[in-house]
Amino acid sequence: MQIYLPIAEVSVNVFLLFGLGGIVGVLSGMFGVGGGFLITPLLFFMGIPPAVAVATGANQIVASSISGVLAHFKRKTVDLRMGLVLLAGGLVGAALGVWIFNLLKEMGQVDLLVRLCYVVFLGIIGGLMFVESLNAIFKSRKGAAPKRRHHGWVHGLPFKMRFRTSGLYISAIPPVLVGFSVGVLAAIMGVGGGFIMVPAMIYLLGMPTKVVVGTSLFQIIFVSAFTTLLHASTNYTVDILLALILILGGVIGAQIGTAFGTRLKAEQLRIALASLVLLVCGKLALELFITPSELYELVAG
Amino acid sequence: MRLLAALLLLIAALPARAEEVVMGLSRTNVSITTDFDGSDILIFGAVKREAAIQRDPPLQVIVTVEGPLEPVTVWRKARKLGIWVNAEAVEIDSAPSFYAVATSAPWNETISAVEDLRHEVSIPRAIRSVGAPMDIMDSEAFTEALIRVRERQGLYRVEEDSVELRDSTLFDTSISMPANISEGRYLTRVLLTRGGKVVAEHDSEIQVGKVGLERWLFTLSRQMPLAYGLLSLAIAAIAGWGASAAFRAIRSG
Repeated sequence: MQIYLPIAEVSVNVFLLFGLGGIVGVLSGMFGVGGGFLITPLLFFMGIPPAVAVATGANQIVASSISGVLAHFKRKTVDLRMGLVLLAGGLVGAALGVWIFNLLKEMGQVDLLVRLCYVVFLGIIGGLMFVESLNAIFKSRKGAAPKRRHHGWVHGLPFKMRFRTSGLYISAIPPVLVGFSVGVLAAIMGVGGGFIMVPAMIYLLGMPTKVVVGTSLFQIIFVSAFTTLLHASTNYTVDILLALILILGGVIGAQIGTAFGTRLKAEQLRIALASLVLLVCGKLALELFITPSELYELVAG
Repeated sequence: MRLLAALLLLIAALPARAEEVVMGLSRTNVSITTDFDGSDILIFGAVKREAAIQRDPPLQVIVTVEGPLEPVTVWRKARKLGIWVNAEAVEIDSAPSFYAVATSAPWNETISAVEDLRHEVSIPRAIRSVGAPMDIMDSEAFTEALIRVRERQGLYRVEEDSVELRDSTLFDTSISMPANISEGRYLTRVLLTRGGKVVAEHDSEIQVGKVGLERWLFTLSRQMPLAYGLLSLAIAAIAGWGASAAFRAIRSG
């Protein structure tokens, strides 16, 4: 069954879209990833204009993050104060990101920008994940001692703040910068940015792992909501119908994924996810390097 | 003498006025609904004449359907630092968003190049004014690319020999519009030609527009973008909260 998307102005198969939302939902249920970094490029492949894919992706992330953060609030694993500091940087970053996005759109280079960002970040994340899960499979579990983090330069910065939930007393500058860079990427790539923020919070800010995911989700809700509003009001590219189908698929998928995730072997699933990420990255990279069959491209207006 | 001249003039003028075309459309409204998947439009008509049918040269029919004109930027990619990037652009002032032309015979037999130019019938003639920057020498390549890309998307099509003409009087053809057409007024033309010259023309219009939910969402997104953005966030929030509530209910129940 075909469905006509009012903003994207293309007709797509509704089951294919629903399935796409579902599969990404399964993955997010199993691995705790938002899935924006998979949804947006997969929408490109389906023929959705990149600008619409990015803006609608941001909208879909709002739904999945809200559904995720509620459980964390119950468990009290959200550092609200840290979340707000990250958010302050994130909002500025998102505004800058949308501005860059629209500037490059006028220059006809937005496709390239989005693709390049994806190739670079999917390549890095997919590669790291692949190596890490291979190691986990081949090395017997010896229970390696967790590395002691040392802060060094982070402790020398001014504007120190106390973050009680995280048990930290650090400068507000690093979290603002982390939030800012993730905000820029969120606006350009149509992702939540959890896959970059989570490692940054653990290794850069030294936050305890248990509060990282909840706090990251908390800030992602507002940054992606802000991004959605900016895209909707500056370049009219949020497609509600597209978002709704993806969200519905994602909601159902996430439940299946959570059930699956508890039964199957984590390392092998992680390898599968890493391969999928690298596959998407590879396809996007190939399109940049291989001589295209059509050298010309039309941009309306 | 003067009477004879007047008579001759009248006879000379007759063939031009002798044949008129009347046309009909299977529909004058195309509604883009949620399940819109393209549309076929039947265009039919008849040649109205007072004199006997002139057989030689034979009468031919051309039917065109033209979507709203809009500016298009055509980008050409070039390899820079190993990757393919948009390098050069030509802005085409006005190109139809959809253009279909159907003829009752092979193209060369239906219309001459001069008449094509005058009546803007073929696809290249329907694309108007190309403003290429000074440093681009081959601006025609960009126009050709526009036609090629749109032909592949099913937006531009030439269908020779697809107009059925019976007894030089009744004709009909079907034009199919793909799912990715844009909104607006579509100009439908029927041209009668004889020996490559246009002898009669008739215009009509088809309105293509989003309706219902599609219309409402599109209008809201353009006229009240902030409200539209908030609506999309509200839907996302409700769906997210609903999912979490349903999840809890399943777990506890």
